[in-house]
Amino acid sequence: MIKVEERREPSLIVKIATKIVAVLLALGISATIFISYGIDPIYAFSIMFSKSLTLYGLSEVVTKFIPLELCGVGLIVAFKSGMWNIGAEGQLLIGAIMATWVALFLDIPDFTRLPLILTLSMVGGITWALIPAFLKAKLEVNEVIVTLMMNYIASFLVNYLVYGPWKGSKEWGFPYTDKFPESAWLPAIPGTRIHWPTLLIASVVAFTVFFIMFKTTLGFEMRVCGQSRRVAEYSGMNYTKALMVSMAISGALAGLAGAGEVCGIHRRLRYASAISSGYGYSGIIVAWLSGLHPIASLLSAFFIAFLLAGGDILQVSLGLSSGVVSVFNGAILFSLLISEFFGRYRLRWK
Amino acid sequence: MDPVTELISMVVSAGTALLLPALGEIYAERSGVLNLGVEGMMALGAVTAFYLTYLTKEPFLGLIVAALAGVSLAFIHAFISISIRSNQVVSGLALSMLGVGLSSLIGKSLIGVPLKYTISRFEVPLLKDIPIIGGFFVQNALTYASYFIVVLLWFILFKTKIGVYVRMVGENPRAADTAGVNVPVIRYACTLLGGALAGLGGAYLSICYTPAWIEGMTAGQGWIALALVIFSAWNPLYAIVGSYLFGGVRVLQYRLQPYGFSPPLLQTLPYVSTIAVLIVFSSGRLRRRLGAPSALGKPYYRGEKT
Amino acid sequence: MLVKMVGITKIFPNVVANDSVNFELKHGEIHGLLGENGAGKTTLMNILYGVYKPDKGEIYIEGRPVHIKSPKDAISLGIGMVPQFPELVENMTVAENLAPLFPEKVLGKKRINEIRRIAEEYGLPIDAEAMVYDLSLGERQRVEVLKALIRGVKILILDEPTTVLTPNEVNLLFKAVRKMRGEGKGIIFVSHKLPEVLELTDRVTILRKGKVVATLNTKEASEEELVKLMVGRMVLRKYAKGKTILGEEVLRVENLHVLNDKGGLAVKGLSFSVRKGEIFGIAGVSGNGQKELVEALTGFRRVEKGRIIIGGSELTSHLQFRRIASHIPDDRVGMGILPSLSVLENLVLTSYRRFSKFGLLKFNELEQYANSLIYKYSIIAPSLKAPAWQLSGGNLARLILARETSTECSLIVAVHPTFGLDVASTEETWKLLLELRRKAAVLLVSEDLEEVLQLSDRIGVMYKGEFIDVLDSEEADVEKIGLMMGGVRVD
Repeated sequence: MIKVEERREPSLIVKIATKIVAVLLALGISATIFISYGIDPIYAFSIMFSKSLTLYGLSEVVTKFIPLELCGVGLIVAFKSGMWNIGAEGQLLIGAIMATWVALFLDIPDFTRLPLILTLSMVGGITWALIPAFLKAKLEVNEVIVTLMMNYIASFLVNYLVYGPWKGSKEWGFPYTDKFPESAWLPAIPGTRIHWPTLLIASVVAFTVFFIMFKTTLGFEMRVCGQSRRVAEYSGMNYTKALMVSMAISGALAGLAGAGEVCGIHRRLRYASAISSGYGYSGIIVAWLSGLHPIASLLSAFFIAFLLAGGDILQVSLGLSSGVVSVFNGAILFSLLISEFFGRYRLRWK
Repeated sequence: MDPVTELISMVVSAGTALLLPALGEIYAERSGVLNLGVEGMMALGAVTAFYLTYLTKEPFLGLIVAALAGVSLAFIHAFISISIRSNQVVSGLALSMLGVGLSSLIGKSLIGVPLKYTISRFEVPLLKDIPIIGGFFVQNALTYASYFIVVLLWFILFKTKIGVYVRMVGENPRAADTAGVNVPVIRYACTLLGGALAGLGGAYLSICYTPAWIEGMTAGQGWIALALVIFSAWNPLYAIVGSYLFGGVRVLQYRLQPYGFSPPLLQTLPYVSTIAVLIVFSSGRLRRRLGAPSALGKPYYRGEKT
Repeated sequence: MLVKMVGITKIFPNVVANDSVNFELKHGEIHGLLGENGAGKTTLMNILYGVYKPDKGEIYIEGRPVHIKSPKDAISLGIGMVPQFPELVENMTVAENLAPLFPEKVLGKKRINEIRRIAEEYGLPIDAEAMVYDLSLGERQRVEVLKALIRGVKILILDEPTTVLTPNEVNLLFKAVRKMRGEGKGIIFVSHKLPEVLELTDRVTILRKGKVVATLNTKEASEEELVKLMVGRMVLRKYAKGKTILGEEVLRVENLHVLNDKGGLAVKGLSFSVRKGEIFGIAGVSGNGQKELVEALTGFRRVEKGRIIIGGSELTSHLQFRRIASHIPDDRVGMGILPSLSVLENLVLTSYRRFSKFGLLKFNELEQYANSLIYKYSIIAPSLKAPAWQLSGGNLARLILARETSTECSLIVAVHPTFGLDVASTEETWKLLLELRRKAAVLLVSEDLEEVLQLSDRIGVMYKGEFIDVLDSEEADVEKIGLMMGGVRVD
């Protein structure tokens, strides 16, 4: 008789092992899909590797790393506090909208433009995130559905602006705004698309979040609230406040990612799926793969960035459709679930 | 046909694609399982239906395969959610991504391929000439089937013992268990039904509605179907109203442009109204009558004391 | 013999719940099952109903040996249980809740009328088409009874059924139960309420600490005798409590009314006060409103009527409570600690605010403080960073105790603080609490009679939401308190 026993809490080794197993499993699933296509998986993976390891390839990975890290680490804060924030995608887009507004439609001195962009994009993300937070705290409305819905609302908002009132005056008929003035550009490392100020922020933010979560009273309260409302309130903590603050942080970081995309790469606002091909959702994977540890998110964000960039490469080299990226994403999430199960339970022979 | 009737017929056509997956998801959620994978199941259903129909020239085979595709994805979700009791949100999201991605991969070779064998419309004589309502009778077979399915599913859910079991399992699985109801079996059955109907919904899109394969065939309609479930208070009858309403928005978004309604803003309507409905339903009395099943999304452990 | 349970033994990790228990039920008999909390009544009934499997012993139904592996087995053997708190689906009608009992696929008028008929036959009228959430607790219990009747049970277990009933409903229930007895059914009446047991039952079995103490004919028993059997002869090594000086009033409760979860009154007009220098103990069997009282006192449950005043100001929220009082909960793992957090974090769970500056935690001071607590209270833990779930139950209790008694608060609310602890830890805890009362006011709420008697300066016995009486500890003895806990007024 095989008995399934619950492990009380997996050790660090087990936790890391499950992540590695998940990655391998995901690669296995992808390989199977490739095979059923008549594509040699080894060939496919080798192309991904070789093309990514070029200077340009790596720079693309880093470019993708930026929004992934920002969203991912923000989601770690939300998830650890017990908020299922599926809305990073929408919060990112709202940040992009705010950035565009400051870039194109505010009459302010040039040197204030970038700082204001960064600030207001965070404000936009915070607002978008606080709505579901408030609804959950006060009315117990399921935040999964609300954040999901708000993603779509945000993307339609972007499209409305881009096809409508904000349509570029100089570009006829194309679904994007005018190009931003240079004072609104985030500078890029020459030869690449890497907007380094946001890269800096993304790298530092992992440590900041770690600091907040583990070295401050606020972080302590958020972690307790995320585990048990009962214990949190027993200890005299304000559950509502913790939830709202955690969502605010998550939304702010996602909003910042939006500003990064729009001011660092495109330098204009375009229709929603051009700005973010799912960074908000991939951010969920980043958060999970890192085991909800802020420092580990640097690794997992880099890995996911590598996968996403690799997917792009495969599309071009092998003529695969954009679905390949979705498949990677889905396979990893899925594998994380399965390997988590094996990490949590032990099989014993009795 | 006068313009109003024609409008109705278009709205009903568009709405069917939403109605089928929504009905399936209503059953899944009524039994307590949150299935966020509807979009993926629809997408996979769409592409398999198209592919099979193209190969075998038999559209009904395509429908069957689509339903099976939906069922297989749903089975994975059911296994993870019910037997392993893992995270339903993540599982559903993962399957959506997988389903959409697979459908895009498989479909790439099908873009631009003409499909000559679709389920065509037939018009019900006499009935089709009734002004306004006539619009309901110029549809294709799947849509006509959906009328029956709605009534059947409503009847089962509210007037039969099986329906009582389904609702019990979603409201208070412990009470159901003590009453002798087999909680996992009911949840599996409802989730699989949801997958089948989602697959059918996708098939409807690819072989009935737009008999052609487009990249991104489902275009988020699975998510609208999810919103629809909430909007219709988990009741199959209200789902008809909602699906034609939301379907109508899709059909009309460009028609209304000259009147000053921007298409993207119109497209937000289903989502905004769902949030509004969620807020309204969260107040005490309404929550009980119209709100979500109490055990939605929570795995059931026998013998667990809260 | 309808039911015969022989030599039933059930052992849980920390405790022997049933120890070679013999229990019998005749046809046409109402048999009472009496005992304190933790005596093993619920476990025994759960074994009969198939929720647990006995480690040793046999069960015979009408002479045949049976193995009851699940409630389904129990039901098919004709055993029904009416749980203490009804397990119904609130969002459905009564008829829909009962639907699984009937064979047909569609719910029709015929069955609805039949439900009504059966209900009226037993004197427990119910509207079959009402939504369960509109029903009172008493009416919901009727639905549970109906479930059993429709199933045609021969053996009915009633688990503390009168907790949720008004006096009138109690009468109706008793009439129905007597009718069932007349039909030859066997009813097991689990209760701690002595007057009711004496009124209703034919025989009564008393359990104490997992063993059967006696089985008597009810007619030959008296309240005093029952209590003596329930609590046994307690040899109390009276602790030298030492004299304390009574200080100012710290906690005052005025005419407190608190609702329970289902809308009924759990606390009905309670008034008392506790001063610095004394321990006020509230004794009583659980389910008489203590849980709701504690929740109201700690700010987690709304006060319907009346006031709670701590340290001179009226209590408004649980956040405020934490600033002025500490709370040792009985639910250690679910409330008092967070198992996944470290020992250090759990030790400062309620006092971390003292060690922060501008929101930053001062870890050096935190660690110093935690280490001092570990030393002072002999908490055995692998390290400060180890997750709390690695600690044994006793050490967890010590952890919570250490934390809550070092806060320098003027009020300590201790709820069954020695639950599940071994003798040595229990005595340590008692010594601590006795010491503490010099500096603070201590409110002790416990089902453990001995604990209340040992520690309290004054004792209030809670029964059905009120104090049946409040005594000084000199006037109190085991039997008196036991009787009062069972609902008997002693003059």
